[in-house]
Amino acid sequence: MQEYYKREDLPKFGEIGKEAPEMAKKYFEYYNEVFSESELTLREKSLIALAVAHAIQCPYCIDSFTQKCLERGSNMGEMTEAVHVATAIRGGASLVHGIQSRNIADKLSM
Amino acid sequence: MLDVKEIMSKTKVDPFHLMLSSHGLHLRRGQTRALQINVGFVCNQKCQHCHLDAGPDRRENMSRETMLAVMDYAERSHFDMIDITGGAPELNPHVEELIEKATAMVPRVMFRSNLSALNSETRAGLMQVLKTRQVVVVASFPSLNVSQTESQRGIGIFDTSIEALLKLNRLGYGKSGSGLELNLVSNPSGAFMPAAQDQTEKRFKRILEKNWGIQFNNLFSFANVPLGRYREWLIRSGNFGQYMEKLASSFNPCAVADVMCRTMVSVSWDGYLYDCDFNLAQGIYMGGEKTHVSEMEACPEAGNLIATADHCYACTAGSGFT
Repeated sequence: MQEYYKREDLPKFGEIGKEAPEMAKKYFEYYNEVFSESELTLREKSLIALAVAHAIQCPYCIDSFTQKCLERGSNMGEMTEAVHVATAIRGGASLVHGIQSRNIADKLSM
Repeated sequence: MLDVKEIMSKTKVDPFHLMLSSHGLHLRRGQTRALQINVGFVCNQKCQHCHLDAGPDRRENMSRETMLAVMDYAERSHFDMIDITGGAPELNPHVEELIEKATAMVPRVMFRSNLSALNSETRAGLMQVLKTRQVVVVASFPSLNVSQTESQRGIGIFDTSIEALLKLNRLGYGKSGSGLELNLVSNPSGAFMPAAQDQTEKRFKRILEKNWGIQFNNLFSFANVPLGRYREWLIRSGNFGQYMEKLASSFNPCAVADVMCRTMVSVSWDGYLYDCDFNLAQGIYMGGEKTHVSEMEACPEAGNLIATADHCYACTAGSGFT
């Protein structure tokens, strides 16, 4: 795994625009707009981002938003709860599909 | 374990003076308005982020003779403000006399407290002295979270700090219209940058009021300075190089104009002068020359060069350190 995920690659994120600069420019403008102070505080947005990072299992995002959460005044209790929120939704998403399985099984069974 | 030089040689951090010159900047004194008095390194706590390595095992404490020499110097220099710090200044036996002399001399006196020493039964009269002399209390309160606070400052400190803040509030500190100013200082409990000051102040005000009915005036959010016990922890935990890179990459040339060393001079427990408390921790004398308060006729002259080192990056990161 380590040869794919290198910590030193994280600060190179901006280089992704090399072959498609216009798309990258629009993406980063959008990204910066999302991560600016608005209806939600930056602290709240960072906790949401940390939860999402765990749901999508992105090591870069987990690294980045763990630091951001700490730097924006969150503590490990809040961050752990945010990960539980991601886990609850992710687990629930699997579990609720059990209804689909039950429906199919019910139809096929006597 | 690697030493500081070895770690720094592996980072992309330029020496601080080169960073300044690359921006065409020099760090020189403005009008020196404040005197910071460090009464000693004796402290009842052993905080992980302490740049002075203060603690119960330290013996350096300002004598009455030095305190009087410092007060004579303050009188000659016509400062606007005196800032009393330590260690835990509560543990200096002459601190009440110092407060009385300082408040008679300048319009604004600040007293930096770790709260637990101020809350101690043995210092029961000190809060009343601070109130009577209208001293501004600046209290360390890093986090609203028990674990974060205690990992930085020691077991039991969170509850003691809450008790002390409640006592200060009962005396009128932090209450609007009382004229008694209570400010909090929040430093990160780890190798990361501090939270934005305005947002943190709002959140601390809301939660301290809601959970304990505590009020305060202002909150200051500062980066930890990579010296003393904090530097040892950074090295031991493998965070030193990365932390220095973070500080250096956050260098803000606009913050240089407002760093505290431009308008403040620091005096140590033994009466020698430094450009700031961090240079004091490193043993870097004011302007690079060892000078005792008794040798000074007045405050340092505007335009004098300020001694710098790589720890200065902590004061120029982001919005700076005042």
